[in-house]
Amino acid sequence: MAVIRDMIPPFELFQPAGVDDAVRLMREHGDKGWVLAGGLDTFDWFKDRIKRPEAVIDLGGVDELKGIAVADDGGLEIGAMTSLTDIAENGDVRSGYPLLADAAGLVATPQIRNQGTLGGNIVQDTRCWYYRSGWPCYRAGGNICYAATPRSMNREHCIMGASRCVAVNPSDTAPALIALDAEMVVASTSGERTYTAEDFFIGPDIDIMRMTVLEPGDLLTRIVLPAPWSGARWYFEKIRDRKAWDFSLVSVASMVNVEGGMIQDARIVVNGVAPCPVRATAAERAVRGRAPDDETGQAAGEIAVRGARALRHNDYKIALMRNLVKRSIRDAA
Amino acid sequence: MEVVRLRVNGDERVCGVPAHYTLLETLRYGLGLTGSKQGCDKGDCGACTVIVDGRAILSCITPVWEAEGREVRTVEGLANGTETHPVQDEFDLNGAAQCGFCTPGILCSSVALLDGNQSPTREEIRKALAGNLCRCTGYEKIYDAVEAAAARLGP
Ligand SMILES: Cc1cc2nc3c(=O)[nH]c(=O)nc-3n(C[C@H](O)[C@H](O)[C@H](O)COP(=O)(O)OP(=O)(O)OC[C@H]3O[C@@H](n4cnc5c(N)ncnc54)[C@H](O)[C@@H]3O)c2cc1C
Ligand code: SF4
Repeated sequence: MAVIRDMIPPFELFQPAGVDDAVRLMREHGDKGWVLAGGLDTFDWFKDRIKRPEAVIDLGGVDELKGIAVADDGGLEIGAMTSLTDIAENGDVRSGYPLLADAAGLVATPQIRNQGTLGGNIVQDTRCWYYRSGWPCYRAGGNICYAATPRSMNREHCIMGASRCVAVNPSDTAPALIALDAEMVVASTSGERTYTAEDFFIGPDIDIMRMTVLEPGDLLTRIVLPAPWSGARWYFEKIRDRKAWDFSLVSVASMVNVEGGMIQDARIVVNGVAPCPVRATAAERAVRGRAPDDETGQAAGEIAVRGARALRHNDYKIALMRNLVKRSIRDAA
Repeated sequence: MEVVRLRVNGDERVCGVPAHYTLLETLRYGLGLTGSKQGCDKGDCGACTVIVDGRAILSCITPVWEAEGREVRTVEGLANGTETHPVQDEFDLNGAAQCGFCTPGILCSSVALLDGNQSPTREEIRKALAGNLCRCTGYEKIYDAVEAAAARLGP
């Protein structure tokens, strides 16, 4: 199919100065509008001329969406427009939430972290390359999944939780925010509402054309981290094809609370295996009351991959998930 | 056409460009600063790296209006008059450039690193340059050059 690349189709540009202005403009333009943060996901779509919004609403001038502040309860509030570099290097994030500092610091490249925002990293679209190349698949409003036919190239796709679409969520910060039990604050012209990070991401069973609960007109304004679990151990690891930079094949983020040598509580989140980051809740239950050792980790890994079903080219992801879950319990520090 | 006002390498520049132009397109096709390269044009290769307000960013994926009111530094602005920047010198002395296409972006990433950290470890250099692809050198000579430049600039 002929696609003209690298020439961005014209659009009307809006540069609101505040959240109120931004949500009003977003409502006005509905699904013909596009919110622009750092542009790393956005310009990829525009240059391929696959997404052609009429109006672009640039959040670059909305200062109230930038910055990191300590909340009254000892937690942290991070504006959606805060850059990934600022998060990875921030003292409060590093000391209280090293899991997030690590995840943000492992996204892409230094240049992309300098420009890319936390909000954009959370809301970014899937990287399924059929879809990104403009194939008219389910997610693009069509009636076929090109990644799930017998001849498809689906090494990067799902091993669980799929519903017609087998694409995965590419965000590295998403699993960390779920493990940390963060809250997402969303604004629209009808006011503000809050979601847990876990509920924020949705799969194709709920809506095949969206990755998150956000609908046209909804602006993610800030991410709220609860006060740090005192004494919690944490673990983040992403596995990628190249060492310099790459999207995750599978990533894991865990918080493990250990007292008297026994796990009291754990949150284990895996991304890259399902349409949205998944909590391994059965594994979390299984590790309670046990020592954070190799045996417990092994058991957790086995439980976490129960029900996983590989596509033609991605059975390696089952082993990756099993081992990452194991390490995330055994090696959490 | 939109009129954009940029501060590039210390100069005030004014230029008319289509509203959807990127910073890279403006630098290259509006201002004639063709040092910054258009490689993948998608944020993968780093050949378009420039320094904005002290940080390395990808000009191919930055809308030009985002750079207004900020300090833009490109490879053309690294030298001090006719005196090359120590990183440029060391690239020369260490054979760190072959075909040269990636070099402007790598110089900018290196200068952004050394402006904030004058004694980086080899690992810190590798990390700072992780977003710049080079298909010729195998990177080692580039790291050598940045190390040598750091030794010259350092405390
Ligand atoms: C070469 C390359 C490598 C990459 N590698 C990785 C990687 O290893 N790990 C990883 O996690 N990501 C990776 N990414 C993705 C990149 O990190 C994200 O695309 C980036 O963080 C998005 O942030 P942004 O601010 O640029 O968002 P934009 O591109 O501006 O926005 C992304 C999407 O989110 C929407 N959006 C943005 N902010 C808001 C908001 N506040 N409210 C509502 N909607 C909003 C936009 O409308 C758009 O749909 C990579 C991208 C590139 C180009
Ligand atoms: S996996 Fe999803 S995004 Fe990819 S081709 Fe199938 S339906 Fe489209």
